[in-house]
Amino acid sequence: MAEETFLSDDFVRRLTAVGEVDILVAVPTFNNRGTIEQVVNAVQLGLVKYFPRERIVLVNPDGGSRDGTPEAVRNSAIQDFRTMLSSTPLRTIHRITTTYGGVDGRSNAWRVILAAADLLRAKACAVVSPDLESITPEWIEGLVRPVYREKFDLVTPIYHRHKYDGLLVKNIIAPVIRAVYGTKVREPAGGEMGFSGRLACHYLEQNVWHEEFVRAFTEIWMTTRAITDGFKVCQSFLGPKIQARAPSQQNIVTTIQKAVGTLFRCMENQEAFWISRNGPPQPTPVFGFEYSSGLEPRRLNKKKMLAMFQNGVSQLAPVLESILSPEALRQIHGVSQQNEKQFRFPEGLWVKTIYEFAASFHHSVINREHLLQALTPIYRGRICSVVMEDHRADAEQIEQNLDALCREYENQRPQLVEKWTRKA
Amino acid sequence: MGELILDTLRGTLGSFYNALVLFLPRLLSMLVIMAAGFLVALVLKIMVRRIFSIASFRKYCDSAGLTQMMRKAALPPPVEFLGQVVFWVVWIVFIVLGIDALGISALREQISRFFMFLPQIFVAMIVLFIGLLIANFFSRATLLAAANANYPSARLLSSLVRLLIVIFFVTMALEQIGLGRHVVLIAFSIAFGAVMMGTAIAFGLGGRDVARQVLEKQFLQKGSSEKDEDISPL
Repeated sequence: MAEETFLSDDFVRRLTAVGEVDILVAVPTFNNRGTIEQVVNAVQLGLVKYFPRERIVLVNPDGGSRDGTPEAVRNSAIQDFRTMLSSTPLRTIHRITTTYGGVDGRSNAWRVILAAADLLRAKACAVVSPDLESITPEWIEGLVRPVYREKFDLVTPIYHRHKYDGLLVKNIIAPVIRAVYGTKVREPAGGEMGFSGRLACHYLEQNVWHEEFVRAFTEIWMTTRAITDGFKVCQSFLGPKIQARAPSQQNIVTTIQKAVGTLFRCMENQEAFWISRNGPPQPTPVFGFEYSSGLEPRRLNKKKMLAMFQNGVSQLAPVLESILSPEALRQIHGVSQQNEKQFRFPEGLWVKTIYEFAASFHHSVINREHLLQALTPIYRGRICSVVMEDHRADAEQIEQNLDALCREYENQRPQLVEKWTRKA
Repeated sequence: MGELILDTLRGTLGSFYNALVLFLPRLLSMLVIMAAGFLVALVLKIMVRRIFSIASFRKYCDSAGLTQMMRKAALPPPVEFLGQVVFWVVWIVFIVLGIDALGISALREQISRFFMFLPQIFVAMIVLFIGLLIANFFSRATLLAAANANYPSARLLSSLVRLLIVIFFVTMALEQIGLGRHVVLIAFSIAFGAVMMGTAIAFGLGGRDVARQVLEKQFLQKGSSEKDEDISPL
């Protein structure tokens, strides 16, 4: 069993009182009073509807909320299930709230959840975000069933997203994982996940929880680790993801630093797995019925993005010189000279740029934080181009464009390996 | 009268000749020592380069990140740097010995002072080296932060940060070797104050409109700037 000193005595006592469970669902929170009741109710309904006979626990690691979130979790209860479901609960759903400390809450919450799964010998686990406005009971089925009934080890989500949403995942994270690790996962950094008890123990046993990159973006590490260690991975369509806390309020520079930094560090740590891997990427089974629905339109300020790209490329020339090859830098300068109407950031150049950033990160040509910060203006340029290209595109056309981008990542993979293994 | 002048001239020339006869061998010795020192330093530099290349010192420096650190401080690679240090240290020692061979007592005193001074110079050099590294790091951090915030004069700002840090460390280095302790401190204070005051005046007078725009953007037009969303991070 893994180290459990980070769990409070009270939490361990309450877990022990519950005994063994079949399913563990966790909702890590921090000041989510506005949405938490809806999320907990959806989780309960999903569990009663789809897993009425199983032994279940709902774990709520809280990061020290001051708005009464843990109380809301404890008190939220559906008085009469018959008004919503044809079935009624056969067992009690245990609810345990605990607090986790530390500066970097995200990874600590994950650790608490994994340790609880380990102690309770849970067969299947699911984690959902606390700020979801679009969660339905079917999400729980989508995350738990592939593990509990189909014996998969990891379930990553697929969301129905607006075409301008999730652009970092679509343009860097997912295609790099597909090309480098050879596994098609559309949302490797989603806040929702399903996993087996076996995989939870495996994660917990890894001596990486003190590592900055794991703490920065635990989900990316978990996804890549499951792939490299031979666990069965699948995806589950959950529907539209609408969060109460708008993602645009987060800082793009910090998010790139965390997400892309974690991805590059994972590539470094798991180099032995992917460097000599050959062959096309393997498809990942998808559960659930994929549908599309109208989503709230999003407006992006193309002019601002383009101006920030052009200014960034011109101002950061001395930094970019030490990261990119002269050829790539020349091409990026060429792209930055285009006016708004003609502006296009070719996908070939984009992939080349990302791979050169990855290799330079690996060789530490400059401070790694600085290197990741230097990617932001170029990313804005690429996104500006994507927004312009996809302006009138329908869902099918967008899927085709994304697939073409992924294939470009796969085609340029040998260049990545060559640059990665080349001596600095 | 004429004879007296001639005698004086003869005497002066004689003593000059004697001094010259005594000094020339010393001068020659000094030149020989310096030339020999140059050759010895050159040979040692080549030897150091060869030895460290054979012992794959370069590889070790690369893996330890020393090469990158020196590159960041605009210094040559470690092997080259070591060779240069050995060359200059050996040659300076020979130059000092050569000057000593001249036998000028005042110079001798200065030379002994110089040798006493060497450790302080060494510490000052280290201070400067660290200063260059820090200046480089912070100027790049400023450049990136300013460029990502779409600040138009990011490079200027970054250069200013670099300059200030370099000035600060040069001041520290000079203080370390005891050069005009108070003068340096006062000069630094005046220079720093002048830069800050100049910036404030320049921004206040020349950039009134920009300042107003910045403040308005920050506090008054928040609603309108939110109309167009930025990229969603994930």
